[in-house]
Amino acid sequence: MIYMDYNATTPTDERVLEEMLPYFSQEYGNPSSIYSLAQRARNAVEQARERVAKLLNADPREIIFTSGGTEADNFALKGVAYANQDKGKHIITSQIEHHAVLNACKFLEKQGFPVTYLPVDRWGVVDIEALEKSITPQTILISIMLANNEVGTIQPIKIIAEIAKKHGVYFHTDAVQGVGKIPVDVNDLGVDLLSLSAHKFYGPKGVGALYVRRGVRILPFINGGEQEKGRRAGTENVPGIVGLGKAAELAQREMEEEEKRVKKLRDKLEQKLVQKIPEIIVNGHPQKRLFNTLSICVKYVEGESMLMNLDKEGICASSGSACTSASLEPSHVLLAMGIPPEVAHGSLRFSLGKFNREADVEKVSEVLPPIVEELRRVSPFWEG
Amino acid sequence: MLEYTEKVLEHFRNPRNVGKIEDADGVGKVGNPMCGDVMVIYIKVKDEKIVDCKFQTFGCAAAIATSSMVTELVKGKDINEALNITNKTVADALDGLPAIKYHCSLLAEQGIRAAIEDYRKKKGSDD
Repeated sequence: MIYMDYNATTPTDERVLEEMLPYFSQEYGNPSSIYSLAQRARNAVEQARERVAKLLNADPREIIFTSGGTEADNFALKGVAYANQDKGKHIITSQIEHHAVLNACKFLEKQGFPVTYLPVDRWGVVDIEALEKSITPQTILISIMLANNEVGTIQPIKIIAEIAKKHGVYFHTDAVQGVGKIPVDVNDLGVDLLSLSAHKFYGPKGVGALYVRRGVRILPFINGGEQEKGRRAGTENVPGIVGLGKAAELAQREMEEEEKRVKKLRDKLEQKLVQKIPEIIVNGHPQKRLFNTLSICVKYVEGESMLMNLDKEGICASSGSACTSASLEPSHVLLAMGIPPEVAHGSLRFSLGKFNREADVEKVSEVLPPIVEELRRVSPFWEG
Repeated sequence: MLEYTEKVLEHFRNPRNVGKIEDADGVGKVGNPMCGDVMVIYIKVKDEKIVDCKFQTFGCAAAIATSSMVTELVKGKDINEALNITNKTVADALDGLPAIKYHCSLLAEQGIRAAIEDYRKKKGSDD
């Protein structure tokens, strides 16, 4: 099997798993209890918090553990919106956000919070001029993702943070695709809130975190006990949090090497596919793009049919095509970038990672061209 | 990945009757590239019987499989018989389709109807 869907999820690193295991059946104490079994669990949670904080160059007190990226996004948006509605109700985001942000915004819209969805250019970069123009005295929050999950485009987060600061508006970034892959320093970036998820960088599923800069007004998202200083109630997912901490530590140590190695593979795959398949488009920014992500649109064919044939060859990839979901709409990201719907339906995403080798790139670039050729032979739009 | 039946996969991977009929008696084009499915069905008619049928489809695995199946089902049939083919006939012949792919079988039904309609219109204008 060749796995090239690391933006969807990653396998848990063996070293992460090893560190998690004792916290299921041996060190099972509830961190809120007072005996030493429980204190050991509490210490493990706090060590994980320090590791995550270190990865982000944050203070450990600014890290709140969540059940994952989606919860972190919902927490940030709803928590800031409700805590600051005395100041205003306007929220700014972009058209290419992950559904965790987009649908939280749609929810807030129904609750009376007006939302501006900023356009992007053909590379998927947010229109900064439109951003600045859309800020009003009522604006309380800007939420722009750090790197896009589908096409990999990296946003000018520092510039957006400066604009937000100038206008006294909080700035949240969904950094789920960035953290653990590329250096993310909350102080250098100047963000107020940041979401991350463990399973995108070789940690376990079901755990993530929200960074909240000290002093940011935010309401608790889940009410209950006093966990996470009352900001996120519920008994801590100790094994998961330990896993997130270990994954953060490993990422910090290994990401530089990994970036060099994987970028080479991704570039080679891109070069080979462009060379071998006529009429394909590479999506996303040519330079400011995640080093592991290759999104292409193959004209005249549809994404799911390509994925089905790749799956037969043991290759796991993904598509922004509508046919992989119940809706008939193709990827909102590609449409926002101005790609015509019929072309967007032919999108394929390869996202590479730790276990990909040169031979995988060779195999994919050998297998895909005949798949495309065969499907184009069936297509009414291909004049070959 | 979606749960497709063996028959759907087989027709998707080895589609029957792919291509264009240059001197077709009827052509039916249905679907919309915006929605990711376009099906073109070509028929050749002799004495009110469909003697040949081909297709070209832009779409998912289910769209290609239903196109392939519908061409097999109508070949050799009288036009009136072919008009009795419904989306259910096509889906059943493929041992079923996932619920979200229902529209693909509908497209196959509409495609063959559109081709027959086109044939009748052309025939009418010849008389």
